[in-house]
Amino acid sequence: MMTAMHFSTISIEISIAILLLFILLLDLSRKRKAGQMMPAYVTALGLLGILTLAISRYATDGTVHFFFQGSYAVDAYSLFFKILFLLGTLFTVLYGARYVAHKVTHTGEFYALLLSALLGMCVLASANDLVTVFVGLELMTISFYVLAAIRTDNALSTEAGVKYLIYGSGATGALLYGISLIYGMTGSLTFAAIAKSPGIFLGLGIAGMVLMLAGFFFKLSIIPFHLWAPDVYEGAPAPVTALLAMCSKAAGIAVMLRVIFTALPQAAPMWTDILAIFACVSMIGGNLMAFCQSNIKRMLAYSSIAQAGYMMCAMAAANADGLKSVLFYAAVYLFANIAAFVTVSYLEDQRGTDLQDVRGLAHYSLLPAGFLMIALLTMAGIPPTAGFIGKFYLFTAAVDAGLFWLAAVGFVVSMMSVYYYLIVIREMFRDLAPGESADETALRLPPAAVLTGLAAVLFVIAIGIWAEPLSIFTNLTILQTL
Amino acid sequence: MSFPILSIILLTPLAAAGIIAVLPKRFHDTMRQLAALAMIITLLLTLFLYVDYDMAAGGMQYTEYVPWVTDLGIAYSLGIDGISLPLLLLSSAVGIAAVFSSWRIEHRTKEYFVLLLILIAGVSGAFLARDLFLFLLLCEMVVVPAYIMVLIWGSSERIPKSEAAMKMTIFLLVGSAFMLVGVILLYVYAFPAGMRTFDLTALSMASVSGSIPYGVQVIAFLLLLVGFGSHLSMFPFHIWSPDGYSAAPTAVSMVNAGVLKKIGGYALIRIGFFILPFGAKFWAPVIAILATINVVYASYVALAQKDIKYMISYSSVSHMGYVLLGLAALDVVSVTGAIAYMVAHGIMIALFFSQVGYVYDMTDARSTDDLWGLAHYMPHITTGFMLAGLCALGLPGLIGFIPEFTIFVGAFREFPALTVISVFGIIFTAFYVLRMLAKVLFGRRIAAFEGIPDERHTDVVPLVVLGVFLIGFGIFPSLLMDMVSSGVEPLRPLFDLVRDAPMISLLQGVPIWGGFPK
Repeated sequence: MMTAMHFSTISIEISIAILLLFILLLDLSRKRKAGQMMPAYVTALGLLGILTLAISRYATDGTVHFFFQGSYAVDAYSLFFKILFLLGTLFTVLYGARYVAHKVTHTGEFYALLLSALLGMCVLASANDLVTVFVGLELMTISFYVLAAIRTDNALSTEAGVKYLIYGSGATGALLYGISLIYGMTGSLTFAAIAKSPGIFLGLGIAGMVLMLAGFFFKLSIIPFHLWAPDVYEGAPAPVTALLAMCSKAAGIAVMLRVIFTALPQAAPMWTDILAIFACVSMIGGNLMAFCQSNIKRMLAYSSIAQAGYMMCAMAAANADGLKSVLFYAAVYLFANIAAFVTVSYLEDQRGTDLQDVRGLAHYSLLPAGFLMIALLTMAGIPPTAGFIGKFYLFTAAVDAGLFWLAAVGFVVSMMSVYYYLIVIREMFRDLAPGESADETALRLPPAAVLTGLAAVLFVIAIGIWAEPLSIFTNLTILQTL
Repeated sequence: MSFPILSIILLTPLAAAGIIAVLPKRFHDTMRQLAALAMIITLLLTLFLYVDYDMAAGGMQYTEYVPWVTDLGIAYSLGIDGISLPLLLLSSAVGIAAVFSSWRIEHRTKEYFVLLLILIAGVSGAFLARDLFLFLLLCEMVVVPAYIMVLIWGSSERIPKSEAAMKMTIFLLVGSAFMLVGVILLYVYAFPAGMRTFDLTALSMASVSGSIPYGVQVIAFLLLLVGFGSHLSMFPFHIWSPDGYSAAPTAVSMVNAGVLKKIGGYALIRIGFFILPFGAKFWAPVIAILATINVVYASYVALAQKDIKYMISYSSVSHMGYVLLGLAALDVVSVTGAIAYMVAHGIMIALFFSQVGYVYDMTDARSTDDLWGLAHYMPHITTGFMLAGLCALGLPGLIGFIPEFTIFVGAFREFPALTVISVFGIIFTAFYVLRMLAKVLFGRRIAAFEGIPDERHTDVVPLVVLGVFLIGFGIFPSLLMDMVSSGVEPLRPLFDLVRDAPMISLLQGVPIWGGFPK
């Protein structure tokens, strides 16, 4: 009876694994040329079921279920992130189905890898000791190496996969080395025990903490660990890029927050400074480098570096408000990415993602142009989208924690960043100059992509106008965790 | 007040924009009429408010309050007082004039009116907001629609319109980044965590009770000054505005120069003076010096302009110097004058832009080199130009005179030398305005303009609406001045409070880099 109780704790992960196996088997039994869309439908249906399960398991009484003797914690915090990952993956499957059928030869493998990446993220969100962190991180990252390279007909995609693999291995090495140092100095791998040990303050313990943070910074693509991001974002298939930008990043945030707040709370004076400085560098550098990009996916890569910097401002605040604002912003950023990549995916499918490919888009296909515009305005933090209140939360938390200078830098560069977002909007909306030509065919979106895009856009606008539901949800999550 | 009249004023243009957005393209006449109808409703409601407002009671009236984001203490909270009501009237009047000035827009009509109505709703809403966050949200909301409007319907005379639009947008947004930081700073200090609020009245009370330290006030006011200074085109943050206004389509020039700019001045009073009086005291001399530079430098540059739109834009930069001077004096009289002058200037400049816009639409010329003797063919345009031009140089009997005079009277006590220098700005203004009027209107008759029709039907609406206010408030200035004084009166104790504060004590606790005391 007790064991059954225990296994119900990880029912979400188990269901994802079963769905994964089912997709693999289904793919084996499927005829090659026929039924390209079927794995997508099955995955979407399965994910919908799991999402319902995750939402139903979200409890408001603050209980924490442990598994494997405390190495795995299922609490409101982890469920919040799991719901985000599930939403992100579900939406990606829905809008990306047609793209995958067009561009990817190995459709079955694509969805199987997607699910294994999702499983890795869920493990990360619940990880309560450093080995589980490592397992989750690797499960997610290795799946993404393959996913980035899955367009075997495309040299850029292969390059992206290889680059990600090489840089990622380095980061994994750093992380693992950091973990081993911390284990050596504190004698434990579980977060609660590390928090109690003074070993973290000895020289090697600090070195371990720094190396581990570097591993997380790689996931968040914080400068100077960002070098992989532009090439991988550009080369990977657009739905994979979307997942990298929203879910992989959110997973990195989820685990990093848990590690620094539950394993290293006494070292806060050290890591707040580290986080603040790297946040500042990322915000400035990411935005500056985005200024001169002519490819939308590359631009979004640099913008995502800056976005990670914004979120790290609030992490550096190291208080409940900061945590809450990171959760809030991560949710908003997820939906903004969905809306953006609905359009970007089909741009890549039908014409290309360079700036001149979107010229005049609003004249012939207003809906995709509208999705992209709202998404970019959300990332830029322009009201009435939710990006505005999201940034307001982030920087208020930073100011409240005495990081006034960081918030000032953040606000100024974030307003400057409007420049490169507006360049895309300008290309879509302006009248053509004499002698210029634009692709006059409408950009065709499948119905599922239209619905997904509409849902995402409605979400960011609705939350921008009425932020209370998401605000209460995040507050509730944080209150139960602390 | 159970009837949510302020919400209706705020939401009517937005609702109209929503309806226009879903109408099919071929109904472009309906779109115009709908936009006009929305603005007529707004203007009528505003006029009703203006008449119905209880000046004796003063303070915020017609208040509405709905909690919005509770954990930050944000509320959807509207209200209006003697400071904001005249400015709301300005924005409604300019709004209706802007819609009618756009009547000839045939290119992408639907997008045009949607964006224009959002722009108008945003700037009117900023005067209605009683909550600081709502105010910021509405201020930021208008920037992108204005960008797109300049980009699509603007004109590239001196620099490409896309460049001008980007310049304007980035200046306004980076300026607002500074003001957001300033606002968060005062928000965090005003109340302890858990009790925080963005309510303007509560923040003001917290400040009076001394919970915002001097040092924080000084820093926060500086940040706000940079932010609102770029809205108000204060030197040296003005450089976007001549290019921006000149490249913009007529209606956007009217709304931006007429109303959006005034949000900067309004916010300096509402946030700067009410919440950060000691910060205001610290920076007042700097503002006064910058104001004088505004007046003298911008009118000097305006002298050299041949393009009439550039000339008007520089004149508006120079006139904002008077507003800043009035504010810097921290005196009830001069602040009253400054607010009234913002209204006067808004009406005047909107009229000016609408008339130039009409001429530019018809003749494709707006340089004093190309335009001659319009008075021979266009009596209505002549009336419009004359009213606006004479108001710009402060002719008694028009709306601008009394407010300008009040500013100088109030500011003279505090900054005698700077005030005297600024008064000389009027001479510059008179010189370039009269020179332009003499040539463009009363110059020799040119056959090329023979067949060009004068304003009629809908074209005359901006002239009539704005002209009524221009002359009406000129002949009965007390209608305007009494309203404004009733709003400024609550500032008197604050000004008395800061008057004797020694400057050096304000520097106590000015936070050095990174180290804010908490």
